[in-house]
Amino acid sequence: MHELVQAMADMKEEEALKIVNDLLAQGEDPQKILDLSSQAMQVVGQRYQEGIYFLPELIMAGEMLKKISEILKPHLAAKQTQSQKLGKIVLGTVRGDIHDIGKDIVGFMLDVNGFEVVDLGIDVPEEKFVEAVREHKPQVLALSGFLSIAFDSMKSTIEEVEKAGLREGLKVIIGGGQMDDTIRRYTGADAYGDDAMDAVAFAKEVVGVK
Amino acid sequence: MTEKPWNQMTPEEKRAWRIERWRNPGIPFASPEAEEAYKARINRLIAAINLEEPDRVPVALTAGWAPADWAGITPYEAMTDAARAAQVWVDFNLEFQLDVMVSPVLQTTPAAVFETLDYRLYSWPGHGVAKTAGYQYNEKEWMLPEEYDHLIADPTDYMVRVYLPRTVGAFAGFANLTSFFDFIELPFVSGHMAVWGTPEMAESVERLQKAGKMVGEWAQVTFAKIGELITLGFPAYWGGSTKAPFDILGDTLRGTRNVVLDLYRRPDKVLAACERLTQVAIDFVTRRPGVPATPVIFIPLHKGADGFMSDEQFRTFYWPSLRATLIGLIEEGYIPFLFAEGGYNSRLEVIKDLPKASTIWLFDQTDMAKAKETIGQVACIQGNVPLSLLCAGTPEEVTSYARHLIEIAGKGGGFVLDVGAVLDTTKAENIHALVKAAQEYGRYR
Repeated sequence: MHELVQAMADMKEEEALKIVNDLLAQGEDPQKILDLSSQAMQVVGQRYQEGIYFLPELIMAGEMLKKISEILKPHLAAKQTQSQKLGKIVLGTVRGDIHDIGKDIVGFMLDVNGFEVVDLGIDVPEEKFVEAVREHKPQVLALSGFLSIAFDSMKSTIEEVEKAGLREGLKVIIGGGQMDDTIRRYTGADAYGDDAMDAVAFAKEVVGVK
Repeated sequence: MTEKPWNQMTPEEKRAWRIERWRNPGIPFASPEAEEAYKARINRLIAAINLEEPDRVPVALTAGWAPADWAGITPYEAMTDAARAAQVWVDFNLEFQLDVMVSPVLQTTPAAVFETLDYRLYSWPGHGVAKTAGYQYNEKEWMLPEEYDHLIADPTDYMVRVYLPRTVGAFAGFANLTSFFDFIELPFVSGHMAVWGTPEMAESVERLQKAGKMVGEWAQVTFAKIGELITLGFPAYWGGSTKAPFDILGDTLRGTRNVVLDLYRRPDKVLAACERLTQVAIDFVTRRPGVPATPVIFIPLHKGADGFMSDEQFRTFYWPSLRATLIGLIEEGYIPFLFAEGGYNSRLEVIKDLPKASTIWLFDQTDMAKAKETIGQVACIQGNVPLSLLCAGTPEEVTSYARHLIEIAGKGGGFVLDVGAVLDTTKAENIHALVKAAQEYGRYR
């Protein structure tokens, strides 16, 4: 394992940033540094899936990646190659609910696992989800909510997507504190997730990758 | 018998005194039937807390906005019309006949109070969230990392002069205050007082007074209705509240993201802050004037749930200061009520290290069979009918779940039937089914 991958995967923030600056000073290709950082994110994601890491490590990993991206930005050429994404996800916390920690973790894990995530934020009204589905044509719509008022917002969001003629071919997953199969049926979603791993597994299944 | 002075009483004596006061609230009941209902309910509840078998499993409902939803009023309306809201809560209690009162006290403080205060920590109906939504916390780094030392050295000074002026607009003038120790010597006083004469301070005082009067008017209406509910036979449940020290730091001071980053960036400060905030968390309850109506102290738990941190992090950062807080309350005769929202499956072995029959645990998505075997051996457990069933299930589903749950968690007493988290919306037939399940399947004798 490269020392940068090791440092990031082990949550050594200062050490990781120092390595990045050293590598840059030695003339290392910034794109390669970014790729190493992505590798580290995958190790973190793996450890999360294995129950070794939890919320603090995911947030710290995201924080390190953000800082490293900022350092690399001025050095990265415009020609920056976009890696092939597995699929597209539209994600957001539904109307009336402003909880975002769970949503952000799901977004992070989907991103780390190779998906393009369009995050609409919190307290997202039905029409904004409809617009985003129309514009981005995602394979998966992921609705987040913590409170019980989210049950009805999720239901109406899915109904509006259907009314707009966008439901066919689109898979909808719901997640957050109280979501379970009863609420999946109530809202008309295709699946519910207990945690971010469920969301990743579902998205992979939808796009047909293991 | 003359009563022993309070400071000479043992924790057990203090607890017995508080429980007795709860059992006999000393106000006239509306009718002999109401009195009988009150006694039956309170004895049922106290037996469960004492890990004994009552006549049957008590049934409670941890309700947020459910009464408003049931009555067809929005959270916004509940926070703008105190009299109407209080009556809605009374009607709700009369309709569903739970064993403990569903109180309006945590929901109905007028929105105008928070408007007047310019309270920035939360959004509330009509102010940052829709009128149909309840109040919700605004995640932010309200306390800066360089402020740990001030918080640890002097939490109250930090609150008054730094945190409040930043988070509550009405405290803006307090940012310029000097130490209250200025008053220890006459010649120091003038150095302190000048700031009280500034226009900024005048505005602060005016707004605080205005908000204070609003709370006074609301309290008069609301507590009268709570008193009425007691006379009608419904025991109040929570007599006060506090928080886990880690949550005090992590929720509205540092914020979720920052507190978990702090576990890596400045773990020593986090530990020192939690240690310092332990006494704050205890004083929060014990240093209030007057005697609370019940010995049960509500403690909502947030950052220690499954998934929020590892087992090791829980044992290191979360549990020691929470346990010390609980012991501090128990020694004063209180009964901490811990609302373990989310899952607590990975924490059961840790939290069972508590004195017997001295706490109540409301579980949400925790495996109740495992909870019964562990913490259930030393504490009354409560919960965990899923909100999803109450909101979107059928009465038959509620009954079937509750019946099974009673068999597992109700064995030998020490169990209160309830939902697992805060119920904001309702299906009346499902609440009736929940109450009926306790009556029909919860009988011990």
